[in-house]
Amino acid sequence: MAAQDGRVTYPAVASVSDAPLTVRGVTVSYGEKPAVFSVDASFPAKAMSAIIGPNGAGKSTLLKASLGVIPRLSGEVHVFGQPIEQARDRIAYVPQRASVDWDFPTTVVDVVQMGLYRKIGLLRRLSGQMKAWALECLDRVGMADFADRQIGQLSGGQQQRVFLARALAQDADLYLLDEPFAGVDAATERAIIDVLELLKAGGKALVSVHHDLSTVREYFDHVFLINVRRIAEGPVETAFTTENLQATYGGRLAATHLDELSLARGV
Amino acid sequence: MQPFLNALLLQAGYNATLVAVGAALLGFAAGSSGAFLFLRKRALVSDAVAHATLPGVGIAFILMVSLGGEGRSLIGLLLGSAVTAWIGLLLIEWITRRTRLAEDAAIGAVLGVFFGVGIVLLTIIQSMSAGRQAGLEGFLLGSTAGMLFQDAVVIAVGGSLAVLATWLMRRPMTLVAFDSEYAAAMGYDVRRIDLLMMGLVMAVTVIGLKLVGLILIVAMLIIPAVTARFWTERSNRVIWIAGAVGGASGYLGAAFSASAPALPTGPIIVLVAAGIFVLSLLFAPVRGVLAAVIRHRRFQARVHRRQGLLSLAAQHPIREAYTLRLLRRDGLVRADGVPTQTGRAQAAKIARDERRWDVAREVHQDVGLTGRYDGLTPIEDVFTADEIADFDRRLGPPAAVGGA
Ligand SMILES: Nc1ncnc2c1ncn2[C@@H]1O[C@H](COP(=O)(O)OP(=O)(O)OP(=O)(O)O)[C@@H](O)[C@H]1O
Ligand SMILES: [Mg+2]
Repeated sequence: MAAQDGRVTYPAVASVSDAPLTVRGVTVSYGEKPAVFSVDASFPAKAMSAIIGPNGAGKSTLLKASLGVIPRLSGEVHVFGQPIEQARDRIAYVPQRASVDWDFPTTVVDVVQMGLYRKIGLLRRLSGQMKAWALECLDRVGMADFADRQIGQLSGGQQQRVFLARALAQDADLYLLDEPFAGVDAATERAIIDVLELLKAGGKALVSVHHDLSTVREYFDHVFLINVRRIAEGPVETAFTTENLQATYGGRLAATHLDELSLARGV
Repeated sequence: MQPFLNALLLQAGYNATLVAVGAALLGFAAGSSGAFLFLRKRALVSDAVAHATLPGVGIAFILMVSLGGEGRSLIGLLLGSAVTAWIGLLLIEWITRRTRLAEDAAIGAVLGVFFGVGIVLLTIIQSMSAGRQAGLEGFLLGSTAGMLFQDAVVIAVGGSLAVLATWLMRRPMTLVAFDSEYAAAMGYDVRRIDLLMMGLVMAVTVIGLKLVGLILIVAMLIIPAVTARFWTERSNRVIWIAGAVGGASGYLGAAFSASAPALPTGPIIVLVAAGIFVLSLLFAPVRGVLAAVIRHRRFQARVHRRQGLLSLAAQHPIREAYTLRLLRRDGLVRADGVPTQTGRAQAAKIARDERRWDVAREVHQDVGLTGRYDGLTPIEDVFTADEIADFDRRLGPPAAVGGA
């Protein structure tokens, strides 16, 4: 697949401290075995970045630990140059498989409005403008018709889109997405990528865990390869190589498959 | 009947009136703050917390007596109960977080140990001379006998504060109950919010000790919320419906128990709440059992009718007795199974709609629309008349459906 127009160019020296997301020396462990070990990463502005690695490589763990959803053993996280605690309002998160109670008394549009809770605080009422905004976000992911359904009455792919809409509602500057394309059909994948491209065009930074190696070149500008430790990171052109994939996946990807992927570069 | 009506209209005397008002306020506070307990699935934690109040009552009594007091000051006893309840709550949280024990084990351990200690203390107090008329057993199942104005004030003030805090924290608590991981990602301190929610519940438990007692208070917290769930699909409504159910149960229950000499107030309140629950379970629109059965039957009839008409159109024999009965009832087939005039017309229409759908799927790119095919939705509900006319042009002239 040919590279898309509008791919970002990398300045020679990116100011690391102002990068949308910088992670330094992060180690996370469930019990005694680190799931993520001493990882450094920096994700560029106005770009779509992919986090790539095999199952159990620690991709979700890295995202959650960056956000403070699970505690870090060590390391620090900066968002747009600030400690993450001070930049909460600028981050939106779409979990891999939302661990929610599907029978919860909440409708689709209620869920999207949850993305606004921080903004409205404790006392204020949800204004008409905000309600309209929540509906618009639902519309962007093609779920406006389902606004009044109870959240459990959706298919898996539809639920995924609602959680994307909730993140959109936050109107953040940095979007962290954990496998937004898992279990969605081709048309939906297209629709989601369009939404993400639009965000990027609006100057937002996106970081997405991604499994489908065949679409990496088409969708992303930047890759971060991880398998417990950082394997490689950089622009797709230079970092998404056979050697790096081999190092990430070990013997689990056949060499021919890897060659196909990195030959399909169309640069 | 007359005593009950008197009690309902607050005409059954000063004490009964105090009890009814207090119970209604307590019910509202318990129902609304208990809603989050139910949504967060922490009902059993609150049961353990309620049982953990007992040692506090005992210790407070002993302390007050040893300091030369009478030992029966309600505020003192409630403060004591709040302290041990809070310790019990923190202990459950600590055990669950720091050890590999699951929460249910922690709940069981804390509930049993604290309640045991409480009973031991109560027994000791009863053998003390000062404790002869302490009446602390009343905290187990509640007692209204000596309800004072100040007791009602405690309930009114504490209950209002609990409701206010519930209202104030409804958004963070909803978020944590629905999707705690996302709440954490947004920067909410999930552990604090959980503790706050349990703190609210504990406050309601403590102010309800006197009226309902620690054994049954969990029912006051949970039953209204579960009842409310039958009436709505939205969490913010669950809170207020639960409050209303709780308030009504408190009021009605207090009136009932005031109308006869030997009816214990706390248990009667809980039974009234349970009665409202059963009624909701059976008769609530949409989510009630009866509504679900009726809906299912109607839907089944629609499916059979449609399938029957499709069979008529295709001139297949209809074998299912239920389908035949439906078609006969609607005058679509005769008793011998031959379609009537109307039956043939409707069958032709439905067969044509099926073919229109086939065309729609081919020519229409909007999967959102063609995806609405479910075999039952009339095509006119999905496409405009112009679009359907277009499908018809592509289909050619209608073919007559035989059967005559
Ligand atoms: N809650 C947990 N408790 C214990 N171990 C966990 C937990 N969550 C993840 N792990 C372990 O941590 C490691 C990394 O998990 P993580 O979910 O980050 O992987 P991932 O890269 O996102 O994988 P996938 O591609 O399957 O989503 C795995 O070995 C997993 O078994
Ligand atoms: Mg994952």
